[in-house]
Amino acid sequence: MSSGRLLKAYTWLVIIWLSSPIAVMILFGFNDKKSKSNTSWQGFTLKWYHQLFEIDGLTSALVTSLLIAVVSTAVTVVLGTLLGLALGRHRFRGQGVTNFLVFAAISTPELVMGASLLSLFVSANLPRDALTITIAHVLFSLSFVTVTVRARVLTLDPALEEAAKDLGATPWATFRQVTLPAIMPGVAAGAMLAFALSVDDYVVTSFVNGSTMTFPLWIVASVKTGIPPQVNVMGTLIFGIGVVIAVANSIAARRRA
Amino acid sequence: MHAIQLDGVVKEYTSHGEVVQAVKGVTLDIAEGEFFSLLGPSGCGKTTTMRMIAGFEEPSKGTIRLHGQDVTNVPPNKRDVNMVFQSYALFPHMNVWDNVAFGLKQKKVPAEEIKRRVGEMLEIVDLVGREKRRPREMSGGQQQRVALARALVNHPRALLLDEPLGALDLKLRQAMQLELKRIQREVGITFVYVTHDQSEALTMSDRIAVMKDGLVEQLGDPRTIYEEPATAFVAGFIGTSNLLTGTANGGVLKVGGGRVLVPGKEGEVTVTVRPEKITICTEEPQGELSIVSGTVTEVVYLGTYNSYAVRLADGVEVTVFQQNAVDATATAERGDSVWLSWQPQHSYAIGK
Repeated sequence: MSSGRLLKAYTWLVIIWLSSPIAVMILFGFNDKKSKSNTSWQGFTLKWYHQLFEIDGLTSALVTSLLIAVVSTAVTVVLGTLLGLALGRHRFRGQGVTNFLVFAAISTPELVMGASLLSLFVSANLPRDALTITIAHVLFSLSFVTVTVRARVLTLDPALEEAAKDLGATPWATFRQVTLPAIMPGVAAGAMLAFALSVDDYVVTSFVNGSTMTFPLWIVASVKTGIPPQVNVMGTLIFGIGVVIAVANSIAARRRA
Repeated sequence: MHAIQLDGVVKEYTSHGEVVQAVKGVTLDIAEGEFFSLLGPSGCGKTTTMRMIAGFEEPSKGTIRLHGQDVTNVPPNKRDVNMVFQSYALFPHMNVWDNVAFGLKQKKVPAEEIKRRVGEMLEIVDLVGREKRRPREMSGGQQQRVALARALVNHPRALLLDEPLGALDLKLRQAMQLELKRIQREVGITFVYVTHDQSEALTMSDRIAVMKDGLVEQLGDPRTIYEEPATAFVAGFIGTSNLLTGTANGGVLKVGGGRVLVPGKEGEVTVTVRPEKITICTEEPQGELSIVSGTVTEVVYLGTYNSYAVRLADGVEVTVFQQNAVDATATAERGDSVWLSWQPQHSYAIGK
């Protein structure tokens, strides 16, 4: 076999390896299962799509997860963009420490972060609910947004902002009309990362949720009694939306580049 | 009325706990409508000086006036000057039209007037029909013209240009030099031009300030700067120059087995003479000339002229340019003994 074909075969193997769990998830969303567990193929059906929202606990867990993801992403994007701008553009006292903390937050094991957040919230006497989950999600996704924005800022010609000021733009107008559009690809990528991290987080959330149920928590809790096919359907839909967003983003990026 | 006045302007930086003076006291008056160049090697303070005029840097000492008004501490967005950046700094997410209209929009100029002025400006820089292009879809020369239009459309009191032609190839650079000069005449705005390219400065400027180590070495029109350099640095930086040092006695300097006429000078003196002012011949010339002799060590054919390196009797090397006027044969070969002569008014005594 020539090395070209070997490379091709290897590439396809990796693609199949990476996508098979997703394929299984999608496939079993169409499984007309009769038994309790949804692990063997028993025929094609669309009924789980029709009965998508008929498990109350699951639906409300999904809604909670989406709400938390939207709010935490919004907060994270604002804070992370400002932090990324500061770290990428300016030199200031404490910059080294800040850079280190940003990196540390990425490399901290989730278990450690979850446990320490729990003890923080307990000692601060904060009741564990959707708010504490949101705070936790902001915390662990902040670094990812910061890093993507900072990377974008570093490629930016500092003369762009000077040119805007030179042409009479106030600092705010400069940010709105020049800086923000220029770093937008980084901000958008960071936002998608933050949203994805929030929606599927289990470990940290399980420490700080109190009695609030999120989508991943509900799924794990239902493992013992059998995961209903609706979960596969929701997973499929979330995955589909993600793919659409990613494709749209890469098309937009190609148009920008 | 002076367009720009710098009075004792100093810029200090603190670098690793040490105070560094980038600009050590520059005093300049730039006249209305003048094409003024700040010329010097990198690190001479020319860009810092310009950035202080634009307002991106605040002087540590001294004052800056625009049309008589003290603007030393006025931020750049409130100064009536605009800048063309070395990197052009065009807004990548805006098309040509929006780039050019940016300044007018900031000043809340009525939409009708913006339309008219941007249209006029694109005509001046010859970019009509390219309004919808993005900067990255354009050539370097076109981007350059967008940058120029974006600044000029605001009718600034002065336009500052920071090595704007540095990124262009030679042909385009030469074309743009003439283009800039034409545009400056057309709009009648004061241009302050920063460059390290002496030929660029000579081509375009009404006056040139040659800078070195944060100070102005010489200020004058291109002819004076070239023909009568005030210091050895200026003589060496602008074009090629020969330096001859010796002790003058009765207006005559004995050097290189000959004499250099320096009317009215006595004692230790250094004179400069341009290579193209020197005549090279194989027989001793006669007349009221500065005459030295030596041996040809190198002949280089350079198309429009030959360049000779001649070693004088005392070891000093002198460069001579000889125009290829009629035939391209060299007057002398390597190893020949030759005489060099020039008119007394073509050598200048300079300060150290």
